[in-house]
Amino acid sequence: MIEWFTYLQLGVAIIAGLLCLGLGIAGRKPTDLSMGATALVELLLIVQLVVAIVAPFTGNQATGSLLEFYTYLVSAILLPLAGAAWALIERSRWSTIILGVVCLSVAVMVYRMLQIWTVQGV
Amino acid sequence: MNELRTDSGDTSTGTKTPARVTGIGRVLIAVYGVLALAATGRSFVQIVSKFDEAPVAYALSALAAVVYIVATIALINRGAAWYRVAWITIGFELLGVLVIGTLSLVDPELFPHDTVWSFYGRGYLFIPLVLPILGMWWLTRHAPARTARDGAAA
Repeated sequence: MIEWFTYLQLGVAIIAGLLCLGLGIAGRKPTDLSMGATALVELLLIVQLVVAIVAPFTGNQATGSLLEFYTYLVSAILLPLAGAAWALIERSRWSTIILGVVCLSVAVMVYRMLQIWTVQGV
Repeated sequence: MNELRTDSGDTSTGTKTPARVTGIGRVLIAVYGVLALAATGRSFVQIVSKFDEAPVAYALSALAAVVYIVATIALINRGAAWYRVAWITIGFELLGVLVIGTLSLVDPELFPHDTVWSFYGRGYLFIPLVLPILGMWWLTRHAPARTARDGAAA
């Protein structure tokens, strides 16, 4: 796990989440903007997955449980997909709010993943 | 982009059957879904990696996860039967979070291992405490008897 990348990812997920919540509260249906923000969150999660797989080979070992880490990561990867599927089926402002909820949930999960990877040994 | 009339919900589904899956209820269901996923994931990890350490706490986690999944499904589905299931599962969650939350505060020895409900769901941003209350509020306002009876076929 690369720390700066994870913090970047955390920031993007929070901003995307707040953006979608804001757009949803303003009454917007899912648009390219909110869907794009969610897609970016998903893309970064995929990158995170690749990083997590490669990192141990470069000596960057997780200090905590890998099982727990991957449970979070896989769940996090599923969330934006589920949210986006919902947004495509159900084109209302509430879907935009759900995209926001999804992105913020991903932010929480990324933070937990960072904790599991870095501070479990303490 | 200017159609903001989705509040009433029924217009967006395109049917006349009133569903509970309308308006802000969708958000509630989404949050329930996320919590169900989180609880399932955590109990999966606990049971796979360290069930022996605290069988009671981890069995409870698994039970909580199942109840969250059932609650999510019950909220999505229509009909009087599902409405009752939603009440039962959400009531169970509120009871669980209050009882386990209180016990974990009063006697931490009893629950040395975290469950979803320990310390009133602190590990989950207190969402497990707030969600059942929101859920119940929403259910009282969407009783199938008051909206319509045609959903009761389920």
